[in-house]
Amino acid sequence: MLYAIKIATRYLTASKAQTALLVFGVAIGVFIFIFMSALIGGLAEFIMARTAGDMAHITIQAEAVDPALLSPADAHRVLLAQEPASQTAAILKDTAAFIPLIESLPGVIGTSPQINGSGFLTRGAQVTQVSINGLEPGKESVIANLAGYITQGTANLGAGGVLLGKTLTQDMNLRLGQTVRVQSSYGIEALLTITGIYEMGSGGPDRRQAYVSLATARTLFKMPQGVTRIEIKLADLYTADALAPRIKALTGLDAKSWTEQAAQLLEALQAQAQTGYILKAFALLTIIIGVASALLLSTYRRRPEIGIMRAMGAGRWFVMVVFVSQGALIGLMGGLFGAAAGYGVLLAFPGRDSFAPGQNGLPIDIAQGAYGLAIVLTTLGAIAASILPARAAARLDPVTAIGQ
Amino acid sequence: MTALLQVQDLVKTFGSGDAETRVLRGVHLAMQTGELAALLGPSGSGKSTLLTILGTLMHPTSGQHSMLGVDLTTASDRALTEFRNQHIGFVFQFHNLLPDFTALENVVFPTAVREGRETAAARTRGQELLVRMGLAERIHFPTANLSGGQKQRVAVARALMNRPELVLADEPTGNLDRASAAQVMDLIAEINRDEGTTFLISTHDEKIAALCQRQIVVGEGLVTG
Repeated sequence: MLYAIKIATRYLTASKAQTALLVFGVAIGVFIFIFMSALIGGLAEFIMARTAGDMAHITIQAEAVDPALLSPADAHRVLLAQEPASQTAAILKDTAAFIPLIESLPGVIGTSPQINGSGFLTRGAQVTQVSINGLEPGKESVIANLAGYITQGTANLGAGGVLLGKTLTQDMNLRLGQTVRVQSSYGIEALLTITGIYEMGSGGPDRRQAYVSLATARTLFKMPQGVTRIEIKLADLYTADALAPRIKALTGLDAKSWTEQAAQLLEALQAQAQTGYILKAFALLTIIIGVASALLLSTYRRRPEIGIMRAMGAGRWFVMVVFVSQGALIGLMGGLFGAAAGYGVLLAFPGRDSFAPGQNGLPIDIAQGAYGLAIVLTTLGAIAASILPARAAARLDPVTAIGQ
Repeated sequence: MTALLQVQDLVKTFGSGDAETRVLRGVHLAMQTGELAALLGPSGSGKSTLLTILGTLMHPTSGQHSMLGVDLTTASDRALTEFRNQHIGFVFQFHNLLPDFTALENVVFPTAVREGRETAAARTRGQELLVRMGLAERIHFPTANLSGGQKQRVAVARALMNRPELVLADEPTGNLDRASAAQVMDLIAEINRDEGTTFLISTHDEKIAALCQRQIVVGEGLVTG
């Protein structure tokens, strides 16, 4: 085996230009493989960061309880018409008991108890409908990175303060420090000072959202205790499907994974990943075809030598190993050079930190280059590619081969 | 002297039907250890085919072929390869060395391929053989840098590497000038005399044949003398 590898190495070093060209070709294929991995993987991360990045990964919402129906004993049929319970939001009580429990779970990086509802923002004669989100001070940026989106003022929510989107302030000609009147769907009003203006970059939140402190929201929505929902952020959003049922089992609350609400996004990402697999498979196929054709040529060129080796007592297996080793060495060298080149080029890109909303990043992630996989697959591919030429070499009739 | 090899009623045909060519038509031949024999005959007489079958590089169509008491007629490719490696050496007309290897690497090849690596013992033996062939200064030379005569002497050294009982030489001097041819033949005769290695040399050259103890003549697919 060692001797066969020595012969293989000698054959490769004897034709330096040809070997260099072959290794270069393989390295190009590996480079494409790695770049595609970094691009497809990075793109998925980028999309996730820019879409699901500001989403809650698990949401616990109180289940609305329908009014009890008292049916007459002799009635066979009952027609029931029920208006949406816009005035009476379902409440999650005893949050102080289970929030620490949820936060202690592995993978949970933060929770945000909230009171959400709708209302109107009034400034002079101008009135705009808004969604009012009551957040716990100090937890403003647990879910959406509000602090990162702030363009004026601060994200810290104090009593009597409100954060508004940039578009909304432009529409209503509002400025930082001004006072606005907020009226909830319960008809309760509060005068709030604009302490921060944010810009998330999407129309809805920038035009229709108003963030207030949890204490302000309690007043506006007549909710002295409890919250309407708890949003949970995870270190890895892909663990949400596994963690949501666990939270439900632990707390008895209806915990829902983000994937239930963003199934289409998930499907799109999976389709994108599959496209990546196809592209990478083509890169690998190119490597295999290149190595196989080069080794077939080498086999043809070295037919007399194969005949001599067989005449001197080298078995078919030995000849096989010589040619398969050449394939493996070409694959390994090409893999290493390609991986090094890929890593070097990817170093120039800003990386995953730039995927966060508000950053000017490119969707290429150096950490997803799949370098080890590229080297292993290329070496295995090159070995597979060399089997056909190696078999052809091993089957050569020594008498015919020597005569050529 | 003891019996080394024996072939009986050896037949070899190529092709089939109307294209069938019968190259050997029932050859009978026996050789003893330590013989230095010349294989003579015109082109197309079947010399090379006989040499190839004796070298276990080809199966006969029919007949019997045995060497050192081993029946080689129907042995498997693997068994023939191992037998060839241990008991038979080859010297070809065009030396047929591995071009990307040095003289020493070529010589030790038959041992290295059997043992899976180049051992120190094999390298020592290879160096001794090259010194004996008068190539002490060329041991580590790439074979591409050697003259025709030097290459053929490397080929002789390689044939002797595994101490084979039989060396088959197909026109070993056919491609050499007179001085180089004489040098190679002197070496063959010396090894035959000193080590008792059997040589069967295929040649057209009557002078080479005259240097051998025995002349085996092949004509029209039969041993005629």
